[in-house]
Amino acid sequence: MGIHQSLLRGEVRVRGLSKSYSLNRNALSVLRDLDLDVNGGEILAIVGPSGCGKTTLLRILAGLETPDRGKVLIDGRPVAGVGRERAVIFQEPRLLPWLTVLDNVAFGLEVRGIPAAEGRERARHYLRLVGLARFEAAWPRQLSGGMAQRVGIARALTVRPGILLLDEPFGALDAMTKMTMQEELARIWREERVTMILVTHDLEEAIFLADRVLVLSKDSTDPARLIDVDLARPRDRSEPGFVAMRRRLMAEFGLH
Amino acid sequence: MTLQHLDTPPIPLSRDSAPGGSLLRRGAAVARHGLSRYGLLAGFLVLWQVASTMGWVSPAVLPPLDKIAAALWNGIASGALVDDIAISLQRSGIAFAGAVVLGIPLGLLMGQIPAVERALDPILQLFRQTSALALYPVFILLLGLGETSKVFVIFWATLFPVLLATIGGVKEVDGKLIEMARTYGASRLAVFRRVILPASVPSIFVGLRLSATTALLLLIAAEMIGANKGLGFQVMNAQYNFQIPLMFAAIFLLAALGLAANFVLVSLQNRLCRWAAPAR
Repeated sequence: MGIHQSLLRGEVRVRGLSKSYSLNRNALSVLRDLDLDVNGGEILAIVGPSGCGKTTLLRILAGLETPDRGKVLIDGRPVAGVGRERAVIFQEPRLLPWLTVLDNVAFGLEVRGIPAAEGRERARHYLRLVGLARFEAAWPRQLSGGMAQRVGIARALTVRPGILLLDEPFGALDAMTKMTMQEELARIWREERVTMILVTHDLEEAIFLADRVLVLSKDSTDPARLIDVDLARPRDRSEPGFVAMRRRLMAEFGLH
Repeated sequence: MTLQHLDTPPIPLSRDSAPGGSLLRRGAAVARHGLSRYGLLAGFLVLWQVASTMGWVSPAVLPPLDKIAAALWNGIASGALVDDIAISLQRSGIAFAGAVVLGIPLGLLMGQIPAVERALDPILQLFRQTSALALYPVFILLLGLGETSKVFVIFWATLFPVLLATIGGVKEVDGKLIEMARTYGASRLAVFRRVILPASVPSIFVGLRLSATTALLLLIAAEMIGANKGLGFQVMNAQYNFQIPLMFAAIFLLAALGLAANFVLVSLQNRLCRWAAPAR
């Protein structure tokens, strides 16, 4: 039963999903009849030009927005609103400035009614995992951007989600920190084996992390394309297979 | 490789005193800081004293500081000024407490629920823009010449800064933080307690400090118009009787009261908001 359960954890099915916004009284369709299957424990990257609906898709998966039509099933159950099996990592760390680093990491458990002592114990574990154990008593304003983002990642992991939704999580970081963070995320994924759905505009990031890449196009009538990334892990950015994959993905965007 | 080597926190986590720093050097640093901060104030007081004793200005209008200090000491030792301080503190204290007790909860409610704010805003704007001093005669007619009308006129003017600052604080809470809390399944009450309330505390304190200043301002006005006790009355009364040192003594006491109120509020804010950069 336990094994069976963990095999099921984090499976996402999207069926006939559509969403449009009204812009100056014109309906602007960003997602049209999208079908998508995400296996439990895989990393799926969503890429596409800005305005293609990748963030909208992620926000629907998170339960922060409702689709016009279609449905999302998680482990067979339809999604209605936010849920405990999902956690979101945003582009900004979104830490609460009045809580210490440790209490920020324990925040998700606290609002779910876990006793404070137990919450802090679990928070310490994930703070160690992101390499910030020494900073548990610090205030968020004392952290650099990369450190704050790692606190945000620890906070999301602490609630032990089956699915981690990441909305351009490293978009605001400098190139050096970004590469280190991508390696950290790959390591965390190896240890935790959660399903990750990652929105990014960085093709290299998508290839470095993902098992499959979903390419959305600006025109929502164009069907979305799925590309398998068959590269051994841990991945090397300068290896020929990696470079070839990057070239192929860039060709999808007409960037040669 | 871990990231600890890459980024260092922009602000040091602990401020240890410099090792081996001599007491003398630290003393000099304190003196330099004190001079840069209070030098101009000290110069002003010295100029006052010299100008008055040398007769550059009329000592009858600007008595030397030692005369004022003597009048202050006499007033306090005889107990006359102590009574005035007590009654003034009582009037402004009750009014300020009333404004806080009504203003903060009402502000939180108005900031949270747009329908309440929409309904209350026009009448509050009308009340706020009508000068409290213009309404003082109305309050006297309604409430009599006693303590009630004085406390009420101070309360009236003191309410608005804290109320408006609280509404503003609640409305300016970062929606992204609220959304973050929601994704973890926080209830409306949990979002209010853990996100909106702590985020509003700094603006509420801005309002409290403005309200404290307003309370003292209105206190003096109310006491000058219709009182026979209190520091505001004492300023007017001493001037009528040409007891200029006593008048200045009462003015200095009022200034001290304002500084003390601000100091208490800033200390309280820094205690409650250790997470933010200290307020001054």
